[in-house]
Amino acid sequence: MKRFAQLYDELDRTTSTDAKLRALRSYFEEAPLGDAAWGLSFLAGQKIKRLVQSGTLREWARAKADLSPWLFDECYATVGDLAETVTLLTASSQSGGEAEELGLKDWVEGRLLTLRGLAPELQTANLDAWTEGLTQTELFMVIKTLTGGMRIGVSRTLVERAIAAMVGVDQAVIARRLMGEWSPTEAFMHRVFSQDPADAERSQPYPFFLASPILPHESVENEPAYVEGELGDPSRWFAEWKWDGIRGQLIKREGEVFLWSRKDDNLTERFPDLTDPAARLEDGVVLDGEILCWDFDAWLPLDFGTLQTRIGRKALGPKILSDAPAVFLAYDLLERDGDDLREQSYEHRREQLRQVVDALVSKRVFIDESFPVESWRGLEALRQTSRERRVEGVMLKRAGSVYQAGRRRGDWWKWKIEPLTIDAVLTYAQPGHGRRANLMTDYTFGVWDGDEPGQGELVTVTKAYSGLTDAEFAEMDRWIRKNTIERFGPVRRVEPVHVFELAFEGVRASSRHKSGVAFRFPRMKRWRKDKKVEDADTLVLVREMTTV
Amino acid sequence: MPSAIAFPVTTCPIHADHRGIACPAGDFWIDPWKPVDTAVVTHAHADHARPGSKRYFAAEPSVPILRLRLQKGADITGIPYGQPFTLGDTQVSFHPAGHCFGSAQVRVEHAGHVAVAAGDYKRERDPTCDPFEVIPCDTFITEATFALPVYRWDDPAQTADDILDWWLDNQARKRVSVLACYALGKAQRLLGMLAERCDARGIARKRVFVHGALDPLIGVYRDAGIDMLDTWKLGESGRAKGKVNPFRGELILCPPSAIGSPWMKRFGKATEVDAAMASGWMRVRGVRRRRGYDRGFVLSDHADWNDLVRTCQETGASKVYCTHGNTDVLSKHLQELGIDAEPLETEFGDDDISESSVESGTES
Repeated sequence: MKRFAQLYDELDRTTSTDAKLRALRSYFEEAPLGDAAWGLSFLAGQKIKRLVQSGTLREWARAKADLSPWLFDECYATVGDLAETVTLLTASSQSGGEAEELGLKDWVEGRLLTLRGLAPELQTANLDAWTEGLTQTELFMVIKTLTGGMRIGVSRTLVERAIAAMVGVDQAVIARRLMGEWSPTEAFMHRVFSQDPADAERSQPYPFFLASPILPHESVENEPAYVEGELGDPSRWFAEWKWDGIRGQLIKREGEVFLWSRKDDNLTERFPDLTDPAARLEDGVVLDGEILCWDFDAWLPLDFGTLQTRIGRKALGPKILSDAPAVFLAYDLLERDGDDLREQSYEHRREQLRQVVDALVSKRVFIDESFPVESWRGLEALRQTSRERRVEGVMLKRAGSVYQAGRRRGDWWKWKIEPLTIDAVLTYAQPGHGRRANLMTDYTFGVWDGDEPGQGELVTVTKAYSGLTDAEFAEMDRWIRKNTIERFGPVRRVEPVHVFELAFEGVRASSRHKSGVAFRFPRMKRWRKDKKVEDADTLVLVREMTTV
Repeated sequence: MPSAIAFPVTTCPIHADHRGIACPAGDFWIDPWKPVDTAVVTHAHADHARPGSKRYFAAEPSVPILRLRLQKGADITGIPYGQPFTLGDTQVSFHPAGHCFGSAQVRVEHAGHVAVAAGDYKRERDPTCDPFEVIPCDTFITEATFALPVYRWDDPAQTADDILDWWLDNQARKRVSVLACYALGKAQRLLGMLAERCDARGIARKRVFVHGALDPLIGVYRDAGIDMLDTWKLGESGRAKGKVNPFRGELILCPPSAIGSPWMKRFGKATEVDAAMASGWMRVRGVRRRRGYDRGFVLSDHADWNDLVRTCQETGASKVYCTHGNTDVLSKHLQELGIDAEPLETEFGDDDISESSVESGTES
C-alpha cells in the first residue's frame, strides 16, 4: 500500500495539473498490475460499499483515543469527515508506516473486503492488528475504504490523460475502456493498457458528450442578446428541449441490451420497461438520450421525484412500474451496425437516429424533437414555455458538429430557464464537509407561516449549501459564531436577521417535511443585505409555486 | 470576607468585564480590549496588545516588539521574568509562556489567592523563546484555541525536517517555495528551527527571502541574539526580470494574506511556485484545501489538546477559566476530570485582528 499512499500524498500536495499527471503516470508505470487495478478503481471513483458500520468505527476510535462520546462528536463536527476524524484521533505520529509491505491488492482483497459481515468485535480486532504503525495517510486510506467513501481528488479526465500518455493511444480510447462496469483485475488492466485502439467490451457505453452552461452566472440582463453575442448566427444551430431526467445510453450489441447512466451505473436491470422494447432495436446500435418517467395522458414528463422512486430500487413491483412508467427520449445515435458514428455530423447522426427509432415503433423509446433555430428572440419565446412543458430549458447543438467526449465548450450548450426564487431567513447553521470543514456553510432557511410577510412564525422550508463566495461564507462564519443563540451538537440556532434570495428548480408537495414542501436543487442566489426579516416571503407563496 | 461562606477561603482577584480581564484590587486589566489606565500585557499579538491605554506593563523582552505595535510614545514598563512588582494591593509577576519571544503568563497574588492568566502558550520546544513554566496557582486562565483532541502536534523537529525536505525538493526541481506564516513568532521560529535542522543534518545554511511585513520583527529577534537563518527583505515592487527566474529554488516567507495576491507574481508563473502554510489549522485537510495551499505543515505556537489539558492539571488550580477557541469543549472536559472549569467571555481571537482564527489565517 506504500506506493499508493505515496501517490495519494503526491496528488494531495500539489495543485499543479502537470505534477499530478507525472505522479499518476509514474504510479501506473511502477505499480504491479494487480495493485494498479485497485489503484485505478479508486482513482476512477468506483465505490466499495461500506464494509464496517460507522458506529463501529466511531466506537473503535473513541475507545482507542479514550474520549467521551460527546467529545468524539465535537471532533467529528469540526473535521467534517468521519474517516479523517478517526485518523486524526488514532494515528500515531511516530510511526514509519506499515511494518511489512503489503500490496494494495492484498490489502483490499486479503484484508479489507474480508471484514464485510463480520461481527463488530472481530472487525475491530483485525483493525487493531492491521493498523499498528500505519502512517497517517495509510490509515486514512484504510478507514476511508471501510466507510465506503474512498475517493481521490483527481478528475477522471486526468487519470485518462496520464494512462493515454503512458500507453500511447488517444485519451478518448482510454476513456471508453474505463466506461461501464469493470472489475479491478490484472486481466482488465491488460485491456486498459492495450495499444490496440479498437479494443473494447461489447457492453461498454461511449463517454458522454456534455453540454456547457451558456450563462456564466445568473445575472445577465438580456439573455437573447447575450446568447447571440456568444453563439452568433442562429442558422448554424439546432435546439432541443433540456429534460430533467437521467442521461443515459441505450445499447444493443450482439443481441443483448444494456442501459447505462452518465454516472456509469448499469441500469439494465432497473428499467425492464425500457430494455424489453429495446430488445427489438436493430443490432449494433448505441442511443444517447434521457431516461424519464412519463405521464402518457398529458404526454409530458413526470417530475424528477417520481423518477427517483425508480432509482436504487431493485425489486420492481407492478405498482411502481405503473405509477412511474419510464421512457427513453433518444436524441443522438453513437453507433449503428457496429460502426462508431461519433465523427459524423450532428445532422447525419440525427437522420440515422430517426431511421433506427422509427423502425422500432415503441411508445417507450421515442425521439426528442430537434428544430433549427430561426432567431434568438424566437427561441427565447419558446424557452419561456419550458416550465409548462416541464423541461429545464433548451439545448443548443451546433450544425455539423461531431460527438465529443466529456465537457468540451463550443458545440453543445444548455440554456436553462431562470430558476424560481424566494427570499428566506437564515435560522440554523452547521459546519460543512470536506473543503468546508470547520466553516459554517450548511444553512437552514425559514419563511413566514402567516398570510403576509412578517406575520406568524418562521417555518423551516429548505436547506442550502452553495452559491455564496468564499468571502461571503467567511463573513457568515464569523457572524454565526458570534450570534449563536443555542447549540444542538454541531447545529447552531442563530438570530433570525439575515435574508437570502434562494434559487431553485421547483417545489413539490412533500409529506416528509413539516412545511409540506420540498425544493429541487436549492441554492443561495444573493445575500439580501438590503432586506429585513419582515420582508422575507411566506409559505403561502411557496405553496403556490408547487408543481404536480 | 463574609464568614458564612466556609469555602473558598480565598477569593479570585480577577474577572472579565467589558474592558478585559479586570483586577480591581490592583486597578489594572490584563490584555484589555478597551483603553484603560493600566494594562498588563501578556504578549504583542494584536488581539492581546491593543493601543490606547495610558500605561503598559509587560515582560521585559517583549518591550521592543510592543514599541512597534502600540501607539507611538506609549508608556511601557518592562519587568524581567519572575520579578514581582506591586500594583495596588496585588503582587504581579511575569513568567515565560513559550508562545513567542517575550510572551508571558501573568501571575497575580492578592490576599492569599494566586491567579495566573496564561495568555497564549505552548509547551513544545521553540529555539526563539524561553520555555513555558508551570506556575502553581488557585485560579488558572487558559486559552483554548486548539482545544479538540484532533489537534495533536507532531515533534516540531520532525515538522522542521519536513519543511526543509520540501524546500530541498523544490530546489532540485527549480521551483519557488513560498511558505505562509504569521509575522510575529511563527516566522522567526521557522527561521530558527530551519537553522538548527540545517546544522544538525550537515546541510549548508541558505538565506531566506522575507516579505516586508516580516522584516522588522525578525530584526527585533536578531537584536536579541536569537540564531536564525539569514534573511533578505523583498522590496515592495519589482518582478522577476530577464529569462531566468531569480527565485527558483529559493524559500520565501510571507504572511498568509500575501498568498494568491498580486505580490506573488514576482515569483513567476503559478506553475513554478509551491505555496505552503505552517499553522496548527493545517491539521484538518479541508481547511488547507479550502485555502488552496499545496502543502500544509502542522506547526503551532499554541498548545495542542493534550498540552492544554496537562497544563491545567499541572498548575493544581481548583478553578480554570477558558478563553478564546473551543472554550466550552475544554471546560466540559476539565469538569469530567474533576476540575471546576468554565468558559470566560473575552474578545481574544476576534477574527478581524487575531492570530487565532481559521479564516483570518493569520495565526498560529
